[in-house]
Amino acid sequence: MFKASSFGLMPCKTFLQPKSSIKTEDNGKVKFYHTKVVRNPKLERLQYNYLFPEISARELQHVKKYPNARVISLGIGDTTEPLPEVVASSMANYAHNLSTPAGYRGYGAEQGSKELRKAIAETFYKKMGIKDKEVFVSDGAQCDISRLQLLFGSNMSIAIQDPIFPAYIDSSVIIGQTGDVDTESGRYQNIKYMKCGPHNGFFPNLWETERTDIIFFCSPNNPTGHAANREQLEQLVQFAQDNGSIIVYDSAYAVYVTDGPRSIYEISGAKKVAIEISSFSKIAGFTGVRLGWTVVPEELLYLNGFPVINDFNRIVCTCFNGASRIAQAGGLASLSSEGFKGVLSLVDHYKQNAEILLETFESLGLKAYGGVNAPYLWVHFPGSNSWDVFNEILEKTHIITVPGSGFGPAGKEFIRVTAFGHREDIIEASKRLTSLLS
Amino acid sequence: MSVIQQNLSTSMASSASIFIANYSFENNKSTNISIPGKFKAVVKCVAAPERTAYKTKVSRNENMAKLQAGYLFPEIARRKAAHMLKHPDAQVISLGIGDTTEPIPEVITSAMSKQLRASIASTYYADLGLDESDIFVSDGAKSDISRLQVLFGSKVRIAVQDPSYPAYVDSSVILGQTGLFQKDIEQFEKIEYMKCTPENGFFPDLSTVGRTDVIFFCSPNNPTGYAASRDQLTRLVQFAKENGSIIVYDSAYAMYVSDDSPRSIFEIPGAKEVALEVSSFSKYAGFTGVRLGWTAVPKELLYSDGFPVAKDFNRIVCTCFNGASNIAQAGGVACVSPEGIKAMHEVVGFYKENTSIIVDTFDSLGFKVYGGKNAPYVWVYFPGQSSWDVFSEILERTDVVVTPGSGFGPGGEGFIRVSAFGHRENVLEACERFKQLYK
Repeated sequence: MFKASSFGLMPCKTFLQPKSSIKTEDNGKVKFYHTKVVRNPKLERLQYNYLFPEISARELQHVKKYPNARVISLGIGDTTEPLPEVVASSMANYAHNLSTPAGYRGYGAEQGSKELRKAIAETFYKKMGIKDKEVFVSDGAQCDISRLQLLFGSNMSIAIQDPIFPAYIDSSVIIGQTGDVDTESGRYQNIKYMKCGPHNGFFPNLWETERTDIIFFCSPNNPTGHAANREQLEQLVQFAQDNGSIIVYDSAYAVYVTDGPRSIYEISGAKKVAIEISSFSKIAGFTGVRLGWTVVPEELLYLNGFPVINDFNRIVCTCFNGASRIAQAGGLASLSSEGFKGVLSLVDHYKQNAEILLETFESLGLKAYGGVNAPYLWVHFPGSNSWDVFNEILEKTHIITVPGSGFGPAGKEFIRVTAFGHREDIIEASKRLTSLLS
Repeated sequence: MSVIQQNLSTSMASSASIFIANYSFENNKSTNISIPGKFKAVVKCVAAPERTAYKTKVSRNENMAKLQAGYLFPEIARRKAAHMLKHPDAQVISLGIGDTTEPIPEVITSAMSKQLRASIASTYYADLGLDESDIFVSDGAKSDISRLQVLFGSKVRIAVQDPSYPAYVDSSVILGQTGLFQKDIEQFEKIEYMKCTPENGFFPDLSTVGRTDVIFFCSPNNPTGYAASRDQLTRLVQFAKENGSIIVYDSAYAMYVSDDSPRSIFEIPGAKEVALEVSSFSKYAGFTGVRLGWTAVPKELLYSDGFPVAKDFNRIVCTCFNGASNIAQAGGVACVSPEGIKAMHEVVGFYKENTSIIVDTFDSLGFKVYGGKNAPYVWVYFPGQSSWDVFSEILERTDVVVTPGSGFGPGGEGFIRVSAFGHRENVLEACERFKQLYK
């Protein structure tokens, strides 16, 4: 996770300004040498900073302003609870063994260790016919999203949920799939935004959605917390089949599902139309350790019959060199029977946090969505501007949240509250919110 | 199930990329596919006469189709695996893929967490005017190279040394910076290949090099082992300045420099305005599997409109990446502690001794040998021979894996790269076998 303290380059006042050339210091006084390399215009298209470093920076500003405040972060979705002992010690042992001749290992397979690929297939895709070799271990979903964009190239059209985790849009802009942003609506040209809100039960109206090559679909959803049910996912797969599209299904929060499908491959026919990405971050607390995976079924074919998996493998071999073997050792331990028990109890802890927060908002008469199948609550403040609500909550309760518009224009009246935190912080936060909002 | 599908299964398991160029699935058609590299076998592809497989309507990224074959090193790994299957009792020694073999010094593995960026800056760039804010820690140089390509975008043109580490060219193709592969000259259209041969002392004749936006330059060089001199790098920086180009300087082997050749491009005055530098803990601390490296982007490096390159790189790093593993970073902090630096020098020293042994061996056999002084690679000349043939012959007859020079570009044809990573006894044994083969 990018730390605000090392964000030395960006002066605070340029946050959230519309795109502008950053002037060099002493403009006009001293002539600085410029290369003749034209700045990549796609990067110029990006509107603001990536959302989460922005939130980090605001937190830092706030802490400077109120050095004695006990800031509670329910903002960036970062796990807080320690790893199960068996997982941490597996990594410590693996690392230590690297200093012995017998235990030393060099380059690993770029696709990940055989054991881990097998364990992932068996743990998460049992009876779904996903083979080990269709599982590609990575250093996390955020990196995989960009590698998938590299794979797809600039000529693809994409559809995304609105609101959504910003990496799909930002990576799409960077790779050149989009046009400029429409400043009024906040939407990039060429991206199809599938609105998800209370009006449609947080599942897009597919019948009014145009065909795109790629459909990014995150469920359980970040930020709304909504987990699509079986019927909805069947619709989605059918829609993809009818249009010959590829679904990129982000299942990073699947283990939080109380009731309903966890993997897209639970839906018949999905292997022909979907790629699934996932992560150990929110399963095992690996946000800093960096481990995830992507499933690309062999049956997934391009228009000309070429298997997508072949090209993805090429990308993985050329643009990546494997996830850290130490992280992989930890991943394997977290999927052992003892490890997985420990991991699921962490998930339970966060789910209980979510329950507490849900009750709090309910008692305040605010509509809070999500929080049941995901560690996110999506709280509605009708008629408001989410950055204003964010600021007010921060100023008055020293709680960091994330303004809904950071996830897309449809998030404007919402605040995302994460359920990651130590229990006492969650309880304290609930108290403060109650005082502020009642 | 077609032969291609079967090929998929075995090679996936052995972690090799699919070494098959363009083909199309057409039912009831039998296609002979010849694998590049003059490999003798021919794979017969027969599509199964079953019901037609469902295809999406998504067109394949045409840049991927330009790539000629799989990434080089999985192909080497595939060949090694095939060889081992064929000769299960052979004691295969790998001096092919440049993978470290010696354990990581204990001081590094028992690390505590501290500020890595500051330590890298003070260890490698102390008197060169770079500080912690210029350092971006990564999961390794290979990933950084692709992130830099994403940063530059599809409209830039690159120059590479010929021969060079394949990731520069391959990532350029993937990003759409190049045209098609021209089989006759074995070059991609729109890439400027800067030939590095014994004739020009392994430093390009810059007067013959056309202007490109980006110049990839690796020194000490993989695969030739040559480290550019201060004078040469000064000319390179000058060249970049005159052309307004950006140098991507790959210094992954800097700690192997034995003489007074520069270790960082930033030792050259003016370099901060034209260069960024990529490096890695892989070959210093044996972190090939741990995954840790860095890229240094000076604040003075500006695009044509004055926008700082570092700002955009930061954006890429925030959006397309989520940091190197914190455990690897903890190890990195120990690497750049005083004890850790000493330990890394010992590791490097060990591989350098291996290198000497290999150099002496080929010398004594009467070969023209290059590199091996400032890098863990020995570049051996086999005039008039196809390097893939020499590779195959060495593998077949000595069970030693090396890397064919043409895998690094047309300028590598006629050469074999022997890497010096290995347990001492394996290196000695391999050299014995070379002596037997070539006596």
